Amino acid sequence: MDWQIIIAASIKIVVFVFLVTLPLVAMSVWAERRVSAAIQDRVGPNRVGPAGLLQAVADGIKFLLKEDFTPDHVRKGYFWLAPALVMVPALMTSAVLPFGSSLFGERMVIADLNVGPLFVFAVASLSVYGIVLAGWASNSKYPFLGGVRSTSQMISYEISLGLSVVPLIMIYGELNLSSIVQYQAENGWALLPLWGEGLSFKGFLLTIPIVISFIVFMTSMFAETNRLPFDLPECETELVAGYHTEYSSMKFALFFLGEYAAMIIGSGLAVTLFFGGWSLPFGWLTPETVDAAVPWWHGLIHIGTFFAKVIALILFFIVIRWTLPRFRYDQLMRLGWVFFFEIALFNVVLTALLMWWLA
Amino acid sequence: MAIVVKRPKLKWWEQLYIPGIISGMRVTLGHFIKIVSGRKKVTMQYPEEKWDDQLPEHYRGAPALVTDEQDRERCVACQLCEFICPPRAITIKPEEIPGDDKWAKVEKRPKAFDIDMIRCIYCGLCEEVCPEQAIFLRKDYAITGTSREEMVHNKSKLYEIGGVRVGLVNKWNELK
Repeated sequence: MDWQIIIAASIKIVVFVFLVTLPLVAMSVWAERRVSAAIQDRVGPNRVGPAGLLQAVADGIKFLLKEDFTPDHVRKGYFWLAPALVMVPALMTSAVLPFGSSLFGERMVIADLNVGPLFVFAVASLSVYGIVLAGWASNSKYPFLGGVRSTSQMISYEISLGLSVVPLIMIYGELNLSSIVQYQAENGWALLPLWGEGLSFKGFLLTIPIVISFIVFMTSMFAETNRLPFDLPECETELVAGYHTEYSSMKFALFFLGEYAAMIIGSGLAVTLFFGGWSLPFGWLTPETVDAAVPWWHGLIHIGTFFAKVIALILFFIVIRWTLPRFRYDQLMRLGWVFFFEIALFNVVLTALLMWWLA
Repeated sequence: MAIVVKRPKLKWWEQLYIPGIISGMRVTLGHFIKIVSGRKKVTMQYPEEKWDDQLPEHYRGAPALVTDEQDRERCVACQLCEFICPPRAITIKPEEIPGDDKWAKVEKRPKAFDIDMIRCIYCGLCEEVCPEQAIFLRKDYAITGTSREEMVHNKSKLYEIGGVRVGLVNKWNELK
């Protein structure tokens, strides 16, 4: 392997993961608190820095300086392993997300795999191990219940999450996320087919299965990231804090940040699949091909577009959290297995029929 | 008697939950927009914005001793406030006024006058009971300190808070 490739990849990893995604995680915690405060007619954290923007720094310092307490009754090895197993998969999935077209001749994606969505699902489903280990190793009843709930919930919703993407992949005929974005830039976003080839009877008709799979995908994403209305693994009113009841200090912070990182990467995937990734609407500033060189300011605009879309989706996640009440556990399971699984399967068949009829 | 709660039968579009989610989001986003646009104010940003000029006349804040217009301390150390104080926050050490003093007829004055502000319940009984109108509840409410000793207001501190009051005096009156 060439040195230049390694250096370029490392720079992309450092910048995208550590200088963009992690601060975005911290900022989304701040946004969550401010938005929830505004929704509930409160003020929220507004003391540290302008409008409370440095609250994340204060929180980080607090997490680092707190006593890292390991209770006596836990399984030490697994107890220490679990927080890392939540955080690492969440960040690893960012490897395949194209967060921009290209900048200075360098493609703005860390690893341009040809199995993008599959890689994301494969790695993201690993984070369930972290939660199970946390619940089990804590050797205490509330974390245990939280861990058990989380396992069944994540396994159930992974099925509909995976199946909901199949219609899109059938339509794009492509598993490479960069090519998917390029296709959408040329032919209209999946949910907004208003230019290119999308602006046709076929494009409009295919929006029906796409909307269905978008609803299934987003709901499953809420369940996968343990966000309200599906936050049963850690619901405060029943399980104290669920699987991270016994954790303190930085180990707790890793769970906390892992959840938000999963949310950001999930939003990134939804943006890439349904909202045309880094591309601007109506095909503005679209590069000729995936590999075509673009001026550096086009590249910067594309990166900005991607993150603007991601942030909008994160705000949607936050507003939903403070709008909907928590589901009961049997309702959650029923919704996952009886409705979404069937809807996603039916949607695959529907897409196939539509594509066969339109071909 | 058991009451059978009638469950509403949902229409098919209601069972989709999506109209419910949208109307719920209308409520939450309505609140959000009202707060963010500043059309609704919820609370006062305390240390920067204060309520002081709207405190009512009868507000009971920290108790304090007052001096009169001739710069004499009004307190005659009768210790009525010390006795009536329900949480026993007041401690007075009286002192005799020497016979050659101009005001020897007043007999007593406080040598030390301490109010423990950790104990004080701001009930105002000391003010009510004082025959010389020497102790008043002022409008100071932010009494803070980093140690127990700091929270005890001594005589000089109490006069500093209290300031000057004009008007009725009994024992300090020259004519009586």
